[in-house]
Amino acid sequence: MKSNFRKTKDLSLKVLYIMGVLIAIAPLVSVLWTVVREGYGALTPTFFTNTPAPVGEVGGGIAHAIIGSFVVVGLASIVAIPWGIILGIARSEFPKTITDNILGFAIDLFMSIPTLLIGLFAYGLIVMRMRTFSAWSGAFALMLIMVPLITKTTEEMLKQVPLTVREAGLALGLPRWKVILRIILPGSIGAVSSGVLLALARISGETAPLLFTAFGMRTFSQSLSEPIATLPVQIYTYSISPYDEWRSQSWGAALVLVMLALVVNGVTRALIGSRTRGKK
Amino acid sequence: MKHRQDILFKNSLGLLSWAFIAVLVAMILSLLHMSGLAWEKIGFSFFTTSHWNPVKHQYGVAAFAWATLVTSLLALLISTPLSLAVAVSVTELMKKRAGRVFGFFVDMLAAIPSVVYGLWGIFVLVPLMRTQVQPWLFENLGWIGIFSEVPYGVGILTASIVLAIMILPTMSSLLREVFQTIPLTQKEAALGLGATKTEMIYLSVVKSSKSSIVAAMVLGLARALGETMAVTMVIGNRNDWMKSIFSPAQTMASLIANEYVEATHDLHLSALALVGVTLLMISSVIQLVFRAIYARGRK
Amino acid sequence: MKHRVVTLIRIVINYLFAVGLVAHANADSGLRMHGAGSTFVYPLFSKWFSVYQKERDQTLINYQSIGSGGGIRQLIDGTVDFGATDIPMNEEQLKKASREVYHFPVTMGAVVVTYSVAELTSELRLTPQVIADIFLGKIVKWNAPEIVALNPGLALPARYITVVHRSDGSGTTAVFAEFLSKTNPEWKEKVGTGTALQWPTGLGGKGNEGVTGLIKSLKDTIGYVELTFALSQKLPVALVKNPEGEWIKPSLESVLVAAANMLRTIPDDFRFTITAAQGSGSYPISGMSFYLLDSRLKREKLEKWNESLKLLRWMLGAGQEYSQALHYARIPKPLSEKMLRRLTDLEKVRK
Repeated sequence: MKSNFRKTKDLSLKVLYIMGVLIAIAPLVSVLWTVVREGYGALTPTFFTNTPAPVGEVGGGIAHAIIGSFVVVGLASIVAIPWGIILGIARSEFPKTITDNILGFAIDLFMSIPTLLIGLFAYGLIVMRMRTFSAWSGAFALMLIMVPLITKTTEEMLKQVPLTVREAGLALGLPRWKVILRIILPGSIGAVSSGVLLALARISGETAPLLFTAFGMRTFSQSLSEPIATLPVQIYTYSISPYDEWRSQSWGAALVLVMLALVVNGVTRALIGSRTRGKK
Repeated sequence: MKHRQDILFKNSLGLLSWAFIAVLVAMILSLLHMSGLAWEKIGFSFFTTSHWNPVKHQYGVAAFAWATLVTSLLALLISTPLSLAVAVSVTELMKKRAGRVFGFFVDMLAAIPSVVYGLWGIFVLVPLMRTQVQPWLFENLGWIGIFSEVPYGVGILTASIVLAIMILPTMSSLLREVFQTIPLTQKEAALGLGATKTEMIYLSVVKSSKSSIVAAMVLGLARALGETMAVTMVIGNRNDWMKSIFSPAQTMASLIANEYVEATHDLHLSALALVGVTLLMISSVIQLVFRAIYARGRK
Repeated sequence: MKHRVVTLIRIVINYLFAVGLVAHANADSGLRMHGAGSTFVYPLFSKWFSVYQKERDQTLINYQSIGSGGGIRQLIDGTVDFGATDIPMNEEQLKKASREVYHFPVTMGAVVVTYSVAELTSELRLTPQVIADIFLGKIVKWNAPEIVALNPGLALPARYITVVHRSDGSGTTAVFAEFLSKTNPEWKEKVGTGTALQWPTGLGGKGNEGVTGLIKSLKDTIGYVELTFALSQKLPVALVKNPEGEWIKPSLESVLVAAANMLRTIPDDFRFTITAAQGSGSYPISGMSFYLLDSRLKREKLEKWNESLKLLRWMLGAGQEYSQALHYARIPKPLSEKMLRRLTDLEKVRK
């Protein structure tokens, strides 16, 4: 049936795709491998339970930074996830209005602002007023970085929902908001959450906006209104030090960060997967 | 009744949209406010000259703006086909489970802090570029002219490659999710008509997701324009015009990252804020161009 | 699958709880002070503050290395309780602070010229003039007659020199540039002194680790880093000719000598630098790091002010014992005595 030429074309294109994947994946594997190789040695049990030790003393850990990252990223998500998804809905369901045009432009523009400048904005707005660095200000900066990322992916996912689904809902006599929130959004929850998770992963690795907001801390913080340690800042501080001991801990902390992202991601996906599967 | 609820719904979405826009406006205003001093002292020549001397307080952004454009677009050029290949393979060519695990793995690389990408760049990529890639390109393609430079290993191309790697997870993830939502019927229709697998991929997957591909490119480009830490490590940080794609250079974002933290002089700080404003202006022009291309493509 | 997920969640939650409990149990109601600034002093400070917290009262001192300039800015903005910097604050910065900021040099270091040339087996010798010419881009090859004349026994290759400098604003650059400005009029006129410069030539690396990375992964390079960095990373260092005409190897001792030789000219506010120090045995690219004591604390947070004075006493006394092991130079005795007298004055004013 199919001509020889088309078969060869098919095959060579497939080879091309696979080659593309290999080229794309080689550096990613190399980065991951470097992190594992350099960081593996630092992963002792105390690394997860202790706070930092000075150079030359054993038993330093990053427990405070792990907790801190959870706190700051968690605070940021509480606002950013709903806000981002809502903006995504606004863009996909009410397109081509003036609001939509301006919002779309704002979202795209916002993503290209260096995150350091977003941190400085949070510094001027919160840190200068409170006269202290705080978890709040760090979370605020991360939240601003997160919203456009979520909006962008949510918008793209919701746009993929076929028109027929919307029409079917409306034909049933449901109000539009119900169609959106009860049918369209749950229908693409898997795809939307994958965008949210990506945004989460992305902001958990941000250093620059936290330097002037969450700052850093030598131990556990006692309130959200004082400086707080986070993994990326800890990684940064250790990576610029002259001592191999600390540098190795810096890679170790990077490995922990990737592993945490993996766990959070895997768990969420499994939960959503089992829920949607249960429904069907 | 139904109608009223819908209006309420729509209005609250509008309110939240404008709240976000207001944040952006506030940021831009505060940047403009901070850069006021530099604008007053330096004026328009800030955009046309390329001196950057914090000691003598001469500031010009032209060379950095150019380098920013080149690195970001180059990164996009590398990353777009690769992320397309990844997304297509994960959704169409691989077994379902393998594809899921693989996609998941690629996504996770977005969590690696850019400092780590930067360090990887210095210790793995730079030596490779210097000893293998650059001499090879110079020998075989040197006549083109854009490859001629002393092989440092750091520079525009190295920075673009690191950027491409960093934006790849984000871009491929978006594309993958979009491809996954394409209805099976659409694909089967193509196959039913006798299309080969790759023809089907082109006709029913890639072609019908054009707008999402543009969206992914905008997403990747935005990240590339604003990326600081990793670029700073591998671009060579030379405050001068680039001569070839191997030249050490400096992007606007890396300049801000390099100098903002340590700067204490008012004019210096203000000039760096003005670099931020320039970056935003360039970014908006690029967004508008992308929009125009997209709108034209649809007609 | 589902079972595994539940187990995973449980592990994560249990971990968070356990660590949270430990944190809660260790929570102290003691004083918490926050400081920011110089990256150079960070390892020493983290040792000091850890020991201080254990030995003395439960005061927790949190120091973050965001860079000297950053520390000065945060101090002026009043977001931190103290700062640390590798170069003293200038008049303009003090005016902006519009209050007294006391400088206390608490430790010392040096900037060293390091390089990577395969053929070189023994140490390179360089004069300030040659260093300036290399970084100005006037000497471009390793076998230039100026370098050969200083190093007759060395096999210097006929290859180009790749200059590596710091790209980020940094106290290290300021010390290096100040040394060159003092010794070379051409440098002073063309480039000058500052934390960030317009470099006539070369590549920029971010941070000491960026410069070290470039020097190691490229060939035929020359650059400058902190002495602590060179010592811990075992980098080759160049001997530099000091104003007395002696060849000095950078070391903790020759830095101490440089400071000791400057003692007669120290101003009362302790804002001084020790580059190109006169006197025998002093390494010419040495630098001091200052603890910045904010007089605002006296008015607004008296408890922290008192604690700062106690801390400074400890740093200048018992604290100095920890310097050597971490590759920091001690403060010369006469200088610390002078500072202790200043501390006594400050304590008196309080009463």
